[in-house]
Amino acid sequence: MRSARFSRGFSDYQIKMAFIMPTMILLILMNIFPLLWSLYLSFHRYRASMPNRPARFIGVQNYARLLTDPEIWGYFQTTAYFVVLAVITQFIIGFGLALLLNREFRYKGVVTTLILLPMMLSPVVVGLFWRFIFASDVSGLVNYLLSPLFGGPIGWTTDPKIAMLAVVIVDTWMWSPFMMLISLAGLSAIPKYLYEAADVDRASRWFKFRWITLPLVSPLLLIALLFRTMDAFKMFDIVYVLTREGGPGIATETVSMNLYKLAFRNYNTGKACAMAYILLIIIVALSNIYVKYLNKVRSEA
Amino acid sequence: MKKLVCYFAILMFSVLIIAAPSTDAQEKLTIAWAQWDPANYLDELSKDFTTETGIEVDLVQISWSHFQDQVFTAFVGKSDRYDIVIGDSQWLGRNSVGGHYVDLTDWINENIDVDSIYGTAMEAFAEYPKGSGKYWALPAEVDANGFLYRTDLFEDPSEKAAFKEKYGYELAPPKTYDELRDIAEFFTRPPDLYGIAPWYSKEYDGITMGFQQVMWSFGGSYGDPETYKVDGHINSDDVVAALEYYKSLKELSPPDAPNYYWAETLDAFKAGKVAMAMDYFAFFPGVVDPNQNPNYYDKTGFFVSPAGPKGHAISIGGQGMSISSYSKNQEIAKRYLKWFMQKPVQEKWAQLGGFTPHEEVLQSEVFLNATPFNRAFAASFPYLRDFWAVPEYAELLEACQTGWNQVIIGSKSAKEALDEIARKHEAIFEDAGYYD
Repeated sequence: MRSARFSRGFSDYQIKMAFIMPTMILLILMNIFPLLWSLYLSFHRYRASMPNRPARFIGVQNYARLLTDPEIWGYFQTTAYFVVLAVITQFIIGFGLALLLNREFRYKGVVTTLILLPMMLSPVVVGLFWRFIFASDVSGLVNYLLSPLFGGPIGWTTDPKIAMLAVVIVDTWMWSPFMMLISLAGLSAIPKYLYEAADVDRASRWFKFRWITLPLVSPLLLIALLFRTMDAFKMFDIVYVLTREGGPGIATETVSMNLYKLAFRNYNTGKACAMAYILLIIIVALSNIYVKYLNKVRSEA
Repeated sequence: MKKLVCYFAILMFSVLIIAAPSTDAQEKLTIAWAQWDPANYLDELSKDFTTETGIEVDLVQISWSHFQDQVFTAFVGKSDRYDIVIGDSQWLGRNSVGGHYVDLTDWINENIDVDSIYGTAMEAFAEYPKGSGKYWALPAEVDANGFLYRTDLFEDPSEKAAFKEKYGYELAPPKTYDELRDIAEFFTRPPDLYGIAPWYSKEYDGITMGFQQVMWSFGGSYGDPETYKVDGHINSDDVVAALEYYKSLKELSPPDAPNYYWAETLDAFKAGKVAMAMDYFAFFPGVVDPNQNPNYYDKTGFFVSPAGPKGHAISIGGQGMSISSYSKNQEIAKRYLKWFMQKPVQEKWAQLGGFTPHEEVLQSEVFLNATPFNRAFAASFPYLRDFWAVPEYAELLEACQTGWNQVIIGSKSAKEALDEIARKHEAIFEDAGYYD
């Protein structure tokens, strides 16, 4: 009997399951269980630092308190301000760089690699060296260069009106290459004959850009924008290092920064889980808007 | 075939050697502390313990920025990674109530001469709730907030004469906060020299440790320790005046001062940017070290944090030694604690550079003359005070850090920020059931 089964070998279904199971088990353990467990905790008063105090069910109180707290809304506003400013700037710079690089020239490979370098660095390292570059006295490189023009050093990380700009600059420096990379992939996939046909019709550069380049590259641009928006919404590391935990005051305190404090400083675990869920819902909603728009653009293209 | 059998035998033999338990397995104690000079001194001191007992001591030094997170994460995961944790005084409430620290009350009463330890240190680092007689730690490194000053500037005859002419009294290390501001103002000559480097940073407990001693010295307080009522205490007129005073020092500090904590004030002083700097005494050994401070190691003086118009209080620093509830080596840990608190060991601890909590050693001439700053440190002792050490300290601290920092950078007025802190603190206490 046994030898008969072996001789027949495994069925397609069994082989499929054998390949899928390890991933399924990992996903359930590492993603699904924590997701459900944190949902459970979000309805409880619970501190992970107090394991001897059992979790107490409090209904939607954590959500209600978070959503009625004006300070939390302030962190959301700060995050939204950062996301809009950073993603738009990165899009303009990244796409601009891609347009410049989308042609043949000497050392193209080297130049592209050099431009890509910032996004290969660790955000903490980036935050740390920009902290020195942005030092608010003349020992910082930027202030050393700009002080004579502005009549004194600029408080890049100490002035609440300017600090967010510093975070946007650093994030743009780091992530514009990502926008460039995706845009470049889109640009290089556009068939050459379309431009040749347009040349035959003596189409202007603007016409070619507006009616050939932009429609064909936009699905990829939207994907890049989607990735960057989701990532920017979770901004934590650069803010943690560069502006020292979202300072000055709360000028650069993003939702993720506040969530970290809630979860790992204050160990207000129940409330932190509720906050994480609010954040998750917002990110899912934003992504859906993008995906719907992406599908619309694709169908039009 | 013979060759194959031979290879197999070698392989099995190697596996046996690797898998066999080590015959010289040694007892080992793991201590977690922050990465700084005192941890190096303790590492050195612990070699004596190993010599005496044969027990190896592994001192894990964690960078300050991750110290709290790493230790608390280990506790939350009930990890036996650390046997002894040398933690901040504020942690006492959370880690004792949370069951992470071993209750040492009976053991300390039986094995340690509590009277030999400075009472303030015992209360700050070992006892929770305060005044309860319940102990969770033994003081290890007792630190205080102190000040550095440039002796080359303070002793310069032309500077002295100019100062006296302007302010009407002799230029000398300040004894009051008014004098401190006068001197800071006098030496503020931007962009090369500023008067003072205070702690304004929003990181961890930076601005709180710098400002709270001014608050107490101006007559303010965090709240009533009996009732936990905060309104009318932390937002009193005295605290408003103290905060406005502390903010006024910003004009006399380098432009990047809003980011200053202990590392930055130390750097500013070593770079010659400031005439005076606030810092913990535990960092002062590096200031008198020619390798670490080549320009001013011999031009640095030290003074006790000044007094205010309504009193004299100084922020306590340092840490206590606690035993982790999840340690499998609790008996060895207790043996280490008992060994550490012996007078000869405390003498050596002080000699190496540690700030001993042992009263007799602390007041001995040997200790007082061991470094140029030990006398100022010992003189600071009677004035030491601490932040709330309740389990909710992190949330209380967060409210203070944000509020006070907002005043310094001009986002809020002192009164607005203090009312906000009072409201938040009362909400935290109410939520935790202190008013039930």
